[in-house]
Amino acid sequence: MDPAGNAFTDLRWVDLLFLGEAAIRTIQISAVSILVGTVIGVILGWMLASGNIFVRLLVNSLLDVFRSVPLIIQLILFDSFVSIAGFPMPAFWSGTIVLSVYTAALVAMVARAGIEAVDPNLRRAARSLGMGYWQDMRYIVWPVGIRAVFPSWIGVSLSVLKDSALVSAIGYIELLRASQILTTKTQESFKIMLLVGLFYFLMSYPISKAGDYIEKKWQQ
Amino acid sequence: MIELKNIHKSFGDLKVLKGIDLKVKNKEVLSVIGASGSGKSTMLYCINGLEPIQGGSISVDGVVVNDKATDLNKLRQKIGMVFQQWNSFPHLTALENVALAPRVVKGLSKNEAKEIAAKQLAHVGIGDKLDVYPSALSGGQQQRLAIARALAMEPKYMLFDEATSALDPELVGEVLDTMRMLASEGMTMIVVTHEMGFARDVSDRVAFFHEGRVEEIGPAKTVLSSPKSEYLQKFLAKVH
Repeated sequence: MDPAGNAFTDLRWVDLLFLGEAAIRTIQISAVSILVGTVIGVILGWMLASGNIFVRLLVNSLLDVFRSVPLIIQLILFDSFVSIAGFPMPAFWSGTIVLSVYTAALVAMVARAGIEAVDPNLRRAARSLGMGYWQDMRYIVWPVGIRAVFPSWIGVSLSVLKDSALVSAIGYIELLRASQILTTKTQESFKIMLLVGLFYFLMSYPISKAGDYIEKKWQQ
Repeated sequence: MIELKNIHKSFGDLKVLKGIDLKVKNKEVLSVIGASGSGKSTMLYCINGLEPIQGGSISVDGVVVNDKATDLNKLRQKIGMVFQQWNSFPHLTALENVALAPRVVKGLSKNEAKEIAAKQLAHVGIGDKLDVYPSALSGGQQQRLAIARALAMEPKYMLFDEATSALDPELVGEVLDTMRMLASEGMTMIVVTHEMGFARDVSDRVAFFHEGRVEEIGPAKTVLSSPKSEYLQKFLAKVH
């Protein structure tokens, strides 16, 4: 503490390191959630596109719940629920579970749109050559559908990366939470927010650039 | 031999086929003509099991298509089909379009499949387009690509569903020529078509469909030059 009795410390280089570590945690929780959420979402999307009326109704109403309740509320509810139920888990895991389910709900719509974007005539042609249902799925529907909805999937991934900031509400020290801690310590909220914004940009920009690149490659 | 016995097919309440009897012998070319909605295309879809039937029986070389125990994926390997919309796989080059099914369905190696594909593409006259994506091909070339794709499975039968109807008039000729070539090579073909010239010159027999029934069938020249059915007379007067 300095002689003037200032309780706050200046922003130091080590704080930047602290933010960097938090950014890595943001990347970790987002990457796992996007991966798991995409796998589940594709399966749900397939059920929506190919299932019978009961399956579609069931999946749709389930997804409606996750799409309509704000993510921050889902996080707090789930985190509290597992604690009350006697299975407390680290914030990383409860955050990842909720974020994955949230991602899955978004990806399901994208995946369904992708499957429905494939001309049924194309699929008939594949079947007429002797391809089975799963061969048609693997060699025709997947590659053609993914090209149709890839930009939407990139959009979902970017929004999950940014929405992962809400996991701070259950105490996981990712980028946003780290910035709040630093702000309390240094009172340099403007500089810190600028830095955090820069961090988020540096994480998002390569994803969207990579997305553009892949899209261009497919468009030949 | 393809044999249809008393086929009935409906889409919901709409009866499309009302008792079709038909036999197509090996190496025969049968053209099927008739107005839109007469059921000719639907019949083709039923032959390779893309559409289920509600009554009757279809057999291909003695294998019953509408039997639940029949492995349709296996049966379809010997029945090639060419559609009105050419349905090229847009994400694959011409060569990959043709090589895909031999590789994944027949289990050939990549190189074997590519060899067959290159051979079939040359056969239909687009051997110089192997690495081109379908979007860079004309409609006629894409339709020939579709023919090569079906031929690569070495089918015994070929079904053509109005293969030239969606083409610009100047591109019809090249596809018809390819079909003529197949016929001259002895391929067994059922050709649903509006091309009366093709039906007369290339096919052995012509069947005229009217409202879900075979209204008239016989040698191509007889049926087209001296039609007995009043409906066929009216139909021919309209298309000529």
